[in-house]
Amino acid sequence: MEQRITGIAASGGIAIAKAFRLEHPDLETEQVTVADAEAESARLDRAIADARGELETIRKHASEQLSQSEAEIFSAHLLVLDDPELIGPIKEKIRSKQVNAEHALKQTADGFVALFESMDNEYMKERAADVRDVTKRILAHLLGVTLQSPAMIREQTIIIAEDLTPSDTVQLNPEYIQGFVTDIGGRTSHSAILARTLEIPAVVGSRSAMAQVENGVTVIVDGTAGEVIISPSDATLKAYQEKRRLYAEEQAQLTRLVHEPTRSKDGHQVELAGNIGSPSDVAKILENGGEGIGLFRTEFLYMGRDQFPTEDEQYEAYKSVLEQMKGRPTIVRTLDIGGDKELPYLNLPEEANPFLGIRAIRLCLQEEDMFRVQLRALLRASVHGHLKIMFPMIATLDEFRRAKAVFLDEKEKLEQSGVPVSDRIELGMMVEIPSAALMADQFAKEVDFFSIGTNDLIQYTMAADRMNEQLSYLYQPFSPAVLRLIKMVIDAAHREGKHAGMCGEMAGDEAAIPVLLGMGLDEFSMSASSILKARAKIAGLSKSEMEAKIDHILSLSSGEEVRSYVEQSL
Amino acid sequence: MVEKQYTISASEGLHARPTSLLVGSLAPFSSDITLIYNDKSVNMKSILGVMSLGVASGATITVKAEGADENEAIAKIDEVMKSEGLAG
Repeated sequence: MEQRITGIAASGGIAIAKAFRLEHPDLETEQVTVADAEAESARLDRAIADARGELETIRKHASEQLSQSEAEIFSAHLLVLDDPELIGPIKEKIRSKQVNAEHALKQTADGFVALFESMDNEYMKERAADVRDVTKRILAHLLGVTLQSPAMIREQTIIIAEDLTPSDTVQLNPEYIQGFVTDIGGRTSHSAILARTLEIPAVVGSRSAMAQVENGVTVIVDGTAGEVIISPSDATLKAYQEKRRLYAEEQAQLTRLVHEPTRSKDGHQVELAGNIGSPSDVAKILENGGEGIGLFRTEFLYMGRDQFPTEDEQYEAYKSVLEQMKGRPTIVRTLDIGGDKELPYLNLPEEANPFLGIRAIRLCLQEEDMFRVQLRALLRASVHGHLKIMFPMIATLDEFRRAKAVFLDEKEKLEQSGVPVSDRIELGMMVEIPSAALMADQFAKEVDFFSIGTNDLIQYTMAADRMNEQLSYLYQPFSPAVLRLIKMVIDAAHREGKHAGMCGEMAGDEAAIPVLLGMGLDEFSMSASSILKARAKIAGLSKSEMEAKIDHILSLSSGEEVRSYVEQSL
Repeated sequence: MVEKQYTISASEGLHARPTSLLVGSLAPFSSDITLIYNDKSVNMKSILGVMSLGVASGATITVKAEGADENEAIAKIDEVMKSEGLAG
């Protein structure tokens, strides 16, 4: 009988194959008293030596089949094998308590696992998995049991496991492993990230796959929807085979668009850019055909640390992004902190309404020294590419002028001291406060470009917290009130010959793209995974047809009406 | 005994890949090498010990080496900190 389990969609696509249960052998240990502690210690050394041999093989495999960074995980595992703070206490326990090596190992390792799991940093929590992985390997050798190895699988299968250890995942060969399902884990767990790299469909956190799936039964993994279907009926199987075919076709079509310009059916060209949070995100944007960076959030430089980043550190990060973009337009947003994002070392007083409080440009103008450091780093990096800078949360002309004055002051100082600075840096602003949208005609005379931040613009226009589920009826991108503001901003920019972009989630929303294209948006910035779909979408639209519908759309009275009109008219 | 302070400039702090190289490079030394951060001290030859401190970017750490090859050990640490971009 067909059964369905829902988990977390970890890696997109559809896989259909027979289940292979990757079971970790029972490594239960009991405490036993040993007569010869010396011999027991030597037994531990042999198990460690065997584990080292295996790990070296896996590391070699990883560096050849995957990447250097995957291989480095095993360099760390090898260090754990030799860690004096792990091995020392184990041997000490064997000697002083006359216990067996298995028990001593388990006890010592559990202490480290608990320590790492208690840390509030995701990266450190994942290290607990490394310790478990290494311990398991030594334990298996002590007990004389063989660990199942995914590298040995030679037929098309879907792996079902409680969890995949890092050493399991690097052995996944996409030729045979069609997909996998795990009971635990989240979207950012190691196995999920690797599945996306290898483009293997995967569902993690299914909770009950191990309990429900038997070896050899047919399983469908829908890694896009996060669904697992066990023993599908013929009808379901057929439907998913068709879905799999369509997915593959769509992927192939999208890949062909990577190096294509973004052009509508009637030849109107727009720019598709990507949103990034750190220099390491650039590669993904370029792989997906991004033509620029529409939003580089610089908060990452400031967060998760205990003091401000230095000017040099920031310079290196900006330079890295600009160099990777090789002259393509790159919009960097100056620090947008406050609201839901806090910096412990800044000691900001608590506010009753943080989203209406001292955040973003308001904070930067108050903490001018901090702001100047960022602007200097940006100015110095400007010679490495096509830099555009934008200020977040601008509400009044005066704020923009003040921010611009600080920028010009730093620019002049650098130039006077002989530091090379690009003379084509563009200065723009985020439009995310209704007052800025309403005054866009005046702003447009002074800025080089606008970037509409829809997430905040919607929330501030509707006075509705976007995290509050009960208010989701108010948080509507299609609300005519929001659309009218967006139209005002685009029109104001064009009247002054300026560029209007958008970097909120709405820009990558396939339902919203036709409307935005019709209103004349010049640049759409979104997450890497949305770029190619947006390009395909735009290629099928006519700009002039959409443009002719805008007046009617803006005359409708609710978001629902807009949505259904747009859907019907396409 | 030799003692030296470093300010960690790597944006990911002292818990990523370079840490493995740093710890791995100390195995040949016979000296006792200790890393002190936030009043906690750990054996710097222990990857688990060093990672357990969760040293963030911008933090100042103290390294102490004591033994026959203490100077060489500190020189090695200097070298790796620099080559791996962990501290200036």
